[in-house]
Amino acid sequence: MSDSVDVAERVEPAPAGRPSRGPLRRVGEAFLRRRETSVLVVALGLGVYFASASPAFLTQPNMVNIAQATAPVAIIAAGMVLVLVNGEIDLSVAVVFALAPFNMHYLVDYHGVPILLAIVLALAISAFIGFVNGFITVFFRVPSFVTTLGTANIVIGLVLVTSHAYPAPIPDAATETIRHWFGASDWAHITWCLLIVASFHVLLTRTPWGLHTIAVGGNPLGATEAGIRAGRIKIGNFMMVSTLGGFAGILEAFRINTIDPNLGGGFGIMFTAVSAAVIGGTALAGGSGTVIGAFLGALVLAELQDGMNLIGISANPYFIILGVAILVSMIANVYLSRLRRTGRA
Amino acid sequence: MAGDGGGEALRVEHVAKRFGGLTALRDVNLRLARGEVLGLIGDNGAGKSTLIKIICGFHQPDAGKIFVGGEEVALKSVDHARTLGIDTVYQDLALVNELSVYHNMFLNRELVRWRLLGNRRMRRLAQQHLDNMGVNIPSVDDEVAKLSGGQRQAIAVARSVYSDAKILLLDEPLAAMGAKEGALILDLVRDLKDRGEVSIIIIAHNYGQILEVCDRINLLQHGSITFDKPTSETSVQELTDLVVAEYRAARTQKLRPDPSANARPTPRP
Repeated sequence: MSDSVDVAERVEPAPAGRPSRGPLRRVGEAFLRRRETSVLVVALGLGVYFASASPAFLTQPNMVNIAQATAPVAIIAAGMVLVLVNGEIDLSVAVVFALAPFNMHYLVDYHGVPILLAIVLALAISAFIGFVNGFITVFFRVPSFVTTLGTANIVIGLVLVTSHAYPAPIPDAATETIRHWFGASDWAHITWCLLIVASFHVLLTRTPWGLHTIAVGGNPLGATEAGIRAGRIKIGNFMMVSTLGGFAGILEAFRINTIDPNLGGGFGIMFTAVSAAVIGGTALAGGSGTVIGAFLGALVLAELQDGMNLIGISANPYFIILGVAILVSMIANVYLSRLRRTGRA
Repeated sequence: MAGDGGGEALRVEHVAKRFGGLTALRDVNLRLARGEVLGLIGDNGAGKSTLIKIICGFHQPDAGKIFVGGEEVALKSVDHARTLGIDTVYQDLALVNELSVYHNMFLNRELVRWRLLGNRRMRRLAQQHLDNMGVNIPSVDDEVAKLSGGQRQAIAVARSVYSDAKILLLDEPLAAMGAKEGALILDLVRDLKDRGEVSIIIIAHNYGQILEVCDRINLLQHGSITFDKPTSETSVQELTDLVVAEYRAARTQKLRPDPSANARPTPRP
């Protein structure tokens, strides 16, 4: 009995009872089953549409624009997906984004720390803020929405108090090479972004840490009963998203060549990252999410903003489209996951 | 020694547990022979959950001793108990719906190579192990959410057995399960019993079916074991009478306030 099951498994992976299919069809089905598929189609579709509507769209300077708009959002979203899969959220990452470049500036210009070390320390401070977020959420059982709303306000306050609400220049200690590596050159931002997205995709899908992240978000009690230390996983993920937020902020500061207390537009960058994650197929309920989907979501949002600008539509309806996109992808998400569970429609 | 009941898997002596003002367990004595299947029955609030949580290391008893394989142990945590071979299959099964069957089988015991999941190996071993135990599911790649209640229960049991559990605690394995699904679980328990490698405590609220596979029945009432007989010497009728008598007594107690009536543990949340 068990032998026959085994053999059947090897010869024909489709569960018994279904008619056999050609390999092409099977690859097609596997592709359609992936959560990233729909948002990839949207990203490509938008690309084709804007390319046909405006000759400027496919030019290299415009590609750089899109890449630079995508990168900071996608970097934050990569970490945010892990936090969302945990069933939590981090609002404070938006302002850690603004704080990190200031910390780098203070360390270099007021304390004489070498620039690379200052960047590392600024990231460590970002990670510490993530640790505080996780610690308060896990041990005091404060919902992370509230925890991070609190820490976000503290952090933005720190930025404003220490900077007197004035922008600062990039430290002179930063050589041309460092500036280029950390965001000033055209493709630096997106290169970092792709590296980070790839590593976080592997982290979520191919490592025990990722598996435990899904388990903690999908069945918190069950994960604990299986011996997973849920608190550790959550705190770790808060630390990662916060570090990524700080790193994205430093890249962004180098790119625009100034350190601005309003970098990222208050909570704006964080909400864009959450939107990208949601459009990419991450459920806020926890238990499922995709880093690549979030990257594609960030790409779609960047394309939209850039493309509408090029074809001369005012930027104002962008938010209407963003809102509709969030709702449509969320509804599709719920529907598709139900479809996946029951096998087929 | 193994399987003939000669060896002792677990012994619990004079275990007591209080939660603040509530006495959950007064004085529990329980013995589980190697390869034996013991049915632990009792009404809601009798202390079954508390006893199980003490045996699996989740709670520490206020008084009393626990012996595993004849040696006294102080179970510090669930992980500690697990290293001694004590594992629990909870009612909620501790399965993650969003993960595949094989990932659930290896949850928190993942096979890793270069810090990455050894998915191919885990998939193969999970399939082999389930085939071995006679558990039939469409595919180990399926998300657990797709499976039926019985299949999930079977996978949770298979997972515990796979992790080298010597003493298996099954918390209400037949709760909310259809007849066919229930039969699947009972077959699984019977298979395990035939191999004699694991000793099993089945916690049951509704014990009709449990009697089929148990060697012995213990009844837990008001925090102590009040009844202990081999299955062959008791019947569903006798057990029903015992529990109903308890229920009647509790009702009369409620009419006449009695301090001990409050000293019950709260039901499972």
